[in-house]
Amino acid sequence: MDIATKLFYVFLGLFIVLNWGMLMSATMRKIGARIAGRYGIPFYQPWIDLVKLYSLRDSITHGVMFYLGPVFRLAGGLGMFLFMPMIFGSEYFSNFSFAGDLVLIMYFQFFGMLGMALGASEGAHPYSAIGISRGLSQFTTIEVPMTLAIISLAIQYHTLSISDIVAAQQGGIMNWTLFTNPFATIAAMLSLLGAFGHSPFNLVKAPNEIPIGPPTEYHSSFLGVLRTNAAILHVVEAVLFMNLFFGGATSWLELIIKSFLIYFWSVFVGVVFPRFRIEQSVQWFLKIPLLFGVIAIIIFM
Amino acid sequence: MENIIKDIQNRFEVSDIVNQRDNITFVTCEKEKTIALITHMKKNLGFKHFVLMTAVDWIEDGLFQLTYILNNPKKKLDVAIRTFISRENATMETAHKLWKQVSTYQRELKEMFGIDFPGSPRVNESFILEGWNDIPPYRRDFQTKEYAEKTYFPRPGRKTNDPSEYMKKNMS
Amino acid sequence: MTNENKNHDKFLHEENKIREVEAPDGSIIKVDPLNDYFLTDRPVVREPKNKVVEKFLNWARAESLWVLGFGTGCGSIEIPPLVTPRFDAYRFGVQMRPTPRQSNVFIISGYLAVKTLKRVIRTYEQMQGPKYVLALGSCTINGGMYWDSYNTINRLDHFIPVDVYVAGCMPRPEALLAGFAKLKERIKAGRAEGANEYAEKFDWYKANQKKIINDWNMPDYNW
Repeated sequence: MDIATKLFYVFLGLFIVLNWGMLMSATMRKIGARIAGRYGIPFYQPWIDLVKLYSLRDSITHGVMFYLGPVFRLAGGLGMFLFMPMIFGSEYFSNFSFAGDLVLIMYFQFFGMLGMALGASEGAHPYSAIGISRGLSQFTTIEVPMTLAIISLAIQYHTLSISDIVAAQQGGIMNWTLFTNPFATIAAMLSLLGAFGHSPFNLVKAPNEIPIGPPTEYHSSFLGVLRTNAAILHVVEAVLFMNLFFGGATSWLELIIKSFLIYFWSVFVGVVFPRFRIEQSVQWFLKIPLLFGVIAIIIFM
Repeated sequence: MENIIKDIQNRFEVSDIVNQRDNITFVTCEKEKTIALITHMKKNLGFKHFVLMTAVDWIEDGLFQLTYILNNPKKKLDVAIRTFISRENATMETAHKLWKQVSTYQRELKEMFGIDFPGSPRVNESFILEGWNDIPPYRRDFQTKEYAEKTYFPRPGRKTNDPSEYMKKNMS
Repeated sequence: MTNENKNHDKFLHEENKIREVEAPDGSIIKVDPLNDYFLTDRPVVREPKNKVVEKFLNWARAESLWVLGFGTGCGSIEIPPLVTPRFDAYRFGVQMRPTPRQSNVFIISGYLAVKTLKRVIRTYEQMQGPKYVLALGSCTINGGMYWDSYNTINRLDHFIPVDVYVAGCMPRPEALLAGFAKLKERIKAGRAEGANEYAEKFDWYKANQKKIINDWNMPDYNW
């Protein structure tokens, strides 16, 4: 396949992922509203918000890093997407996955956060700095159980390629990592709650805490880029977990159903449990999820 | 209550004792003795709680009346201590050493009435009015309506009625 | 434009006074904080794009009103019920944002003391255009029951451009929702150009603001 066709399919996949991500975030807010007894936003609200953000007439800047913050964040999301095989067995939607893509994706997960830290600190708003330090400390602890689970998978399947891990899970539901390596799945699914940043762990960006943390100073098209990235990132994270633990997807329909269920798991927890403070969430991730991660490693040693 | 009043009457020669209710009494004290009286009530009579402090402008007599209200939480009693100070160069001894929050009241009185409390923390900083250029607004010689009309761009077309006559017309 | 720095002004704060500081290498530098630490640019008029595009964009702006959650007067207590199940303003695309940078609608909820007005101006100028002001309650129209107060402004539209007034003391949340509907009509018709109006009549607005706020201590235009 020549590079032009490849790029065409990459952009097609990106388009689908972006819109699916927007629809998912709208659905999640709709579910939250219905649980609170409200009617909630119309399902197309995220698209309108995005158009409005990109079409604001003013946007002021605080310097070069302030511009680059959202760009780095978007690069994190896009990087994860580019190296993620979306549809198993499909030549067109495997993107640029290669033998060691799992490591690269783990790196890109953190990359966006670091870029955001640089940009937000240039904004010189004290709340941005506090938000960033909270976000980084929480995300570091989220990474610990997640990394342990992924190392456990690497030991189990003797590979760091996502495509190979998906291939090993084919042939029936009992081949899924969910059943072959339940401890790693539990550890990863618990850390996923933090990675999505819904209710128990949404202190970093919650509007009614220290005003929305890192993006305090971001506005108009800067915020639009951040929102675009959030939509992509949510789908790609869900697809990552789908590939690693739930047997991957062989069609877009399967991908949509599975990623929605994975996303819904974090939404479900989010509407039930109240918000943790930052030190509580750090402690929480270093207890049960970490324990499951260590057990998962020991079993496959 | 009666014992307390008798006690402070003997010690500080308070006058004009008015029993508003069973548990609230107003007394008047001389300016020089007021802080000593408050200290005594806090230290010895159990009036641990400072309720409020306020001022009244008696422009005809050329006096400011300061009122301190103290509360005894154990016996559930209130005593209000009135004292009169001259309107010219109004100064009063500060009481912030007894309760820290008194300094905030004193700051407000300084701003609103122009009563000075030398030694009170931050007493000269602006409290509500930032950048006030006129005489203190709670003094009765301050013409509030004129000032507002001069300063705040009143919207034309506002009608005002004398409430009593307006109601008489409407009720009949 | 430069920010006027009147060193003799008795309300000028100590940290804003023109002063001389010693640099690490021993040389003496003159610092004028209001001009050196802040931008001095004026707001500029941003012309709308061509008609068809602007109509679509205005529709998007009208359907996505982000409200600044800054309670300025007694009416701020009418805003929280908007997001409760009974009124549910989310249906109409109204969302609360915590920072002025990300919001488009500024609800002035009731009376404004001079001290609050200063913050309101600062916040309004930090919002990104096109921005809209929804004035809630009689106090913003003609002073309401505080019309002859020594410290409360009478007419909000002398200090920032107002798009929609909601009369009442206090208006109920339903009236506020009706105000949002009116604001949407105005935006869709392309008449809600408050930010441009502010830039055009900047000198007049500044003169009015400075007449009242003696304790200025901020740059003339707060980016």
